[in-house]
Order: sequence, then C-alpha cells, then structure tokens
Amino acid sequence: MHWYWIDRITVFESQNRAESIKVVSLGEDHLHDHFPYFPVMPASLIIEGIAQTAGLLLYEAKGYKEKVVLAKIPRFTLFNVEVKPGEVLTYKVKLESVREDGGVASVWAYRENELLAEGELMFAHLGGNFADQSLFADGDMIDMMRLFRVFEVGVDATGKKLIPPDIKNK
Amino acid sequence: MRKEEVYEHVKKALIEALAVDENEIKPESTLIGDLGAESIDILDIVFQLEKMLGIKIERGELVPEDVANDKEGKFVQDNKLTALGIAEIKKRMPYANIEELEKNPMVANIKTILTVRDLCYMVESKVDIEP
Repeated sequence: MHWYWIDRITVFESQNRAESIKVVSLGEDHLHDHFPYFPVMPASLIIEGIAQTAGLLLYEAKGYKEKVVLAKIPRFTLFNVEVKPGEVLTYKVKLESVREDGGVASVWAYRENELLAEGELMFAHLGGNFADQSLFADGDMIDMMRLFRVFEVGVDATGKKLIPPDIKNK
Repeated sequence: MRKEEVYEHVKKALIEALAVDENEIKPESTLIGDLGAESIDILDIVFQLEKMLGIKIERGELVPEDVANDKEGKFVQDNKLTALGIAEIKKRMPYANIEELEKNPMVANIKTILTVRDLCYMVESKVDIEP
C-alpha cells in the first residue's frame, strides 16, 4: 500500500513555504471505509497530507539529513470536514522555525477559496536511540519528492531552481 | 522586562503547550513529573517562548545535552552521571533539584528535574531584566 496523501507539490520555496494539491477520488478505498455510503475524506488524512508537504519542506531545509517525523499537532482547527469525491484540496504550509531538534510549520487547507482547516504542526528530528537506525532506504524520500514533482517547481533559498541531491537508492 | 513578567510569559507558554491550568503551575513544578510534559512538549514550550519574546533558544540550552551525551567518560559513565557531571549540571541548571539527581544519577533523569523556575532562569538570561 502506498502512503501518499498528496498528489503533487505545486510550490516549494526552500526554508520558507510550500503548497500541494490533493485530488479526492471515489476510487480511493478509504472514502468507503470511513462512513459507508457517505464518502468523505477523513480529516486525519487531510492532516497527513499537510504533514507530508511540511515534512518534505523541513527535510530539504536541513539538507536532506534528518529523519523528520510528525511529533505533535499543537494547534489545529477544522472548519468543514465534509470533503467529497471530485473535490480538490490545496494545502499551504509555512516553516516558522527550523531547529537542530525539529521544526514548526503553520498550515492551512483550502477547497478552492474556502478555508477548511488551519493550525500548526511540530516535527522532530529523530535522534537518540533512533539516530543510527534507518527508517527508509537512502533515497526513498528523494524519490517521494520526485513523485510529488518537487524538483519541477522547487526553488532554493536564493530563488534558483532546486537541484535534486545526489543520494542513490540502495 | 521584570522577572514577574518573565514568569507570566513562561506560564502562558506552559498553558499553551501543555494544556494545564494556570493554578497547577508553581515555580518549583517539574515540567515532566508535575506538569506532564513529554519530550516533544519541551520543543513546543521553547517555540512558544521564542515566538512570544523574540528570543532564540538553541538546542541543549535548557537541558545540557552536551553533558548528557558525553562519550569521553568525563561526565557520564555507564549511562550514569559522574561527580563531575553532576557538578556541571548544577552549574548549568542552578534551580534544578540536584538532590534528586544525586540519588538516582541516570542520564535520563536530567530532563525530569527541570522546573518552571529553570525555564524562567534561562529566559531571564536572554532578555534585559529590570532591577
């Protein structure tokens, strides 16, 4: 099973902000499992999609070196959670703090111009007992960024085109 | 800024990050034991304070990680703080309950002795304090 909760990243400004889109399709199994015969996108998966967007922005901001995990959702408000098949969501994230031990992003979810959710996500860089453990194969995260087409739209902190790092998949 | 104002800001950050009641917070409360903070909450508290006060708190300033992660055997041996390690913690966390740490000097316990007063002390070192 794939764990992709966005379809494409449309804006990626290194160390600053990103935007992504999620196209909700009736063909997705999770829509049928949540409430039978009432297909709506589970709010938790909206948060997951936003976290994937912000997590990759933080991963790039720290030079593709840290194991970034969503660690806390300190503030999050959902205004309207009935997202239905055929709708397109836009997630916007802004990095508020990038630290050695993690980072914080302000986040928003929109359906066209309608604000559906806003909040803050906190990410940790896994250290301690996890520092030497591999969560993914080297290159998996870069492959994910390629799938989301980050390198087609991404710019670095100086506004130049973002170049994929030379990390080979093992 | 007066020390009382620092305390008010610290309380505000703790209420925001830990969802605790104001009357649960005392200067001597430990963040982890008394107020129920988890490791990630410490990062949240730090972020709240940075945002509120426009200060920068680097990793390891609150809990001296360089002491905890010492691999040379000077401060830490067999996951326990040495006498030098405890002395260093005492210097860096002057309001922390060192007696507790002396009783059980496991490295993992450094975080658990951190109090609200320690947090205030660290913030006071970052802002101009009025006499």
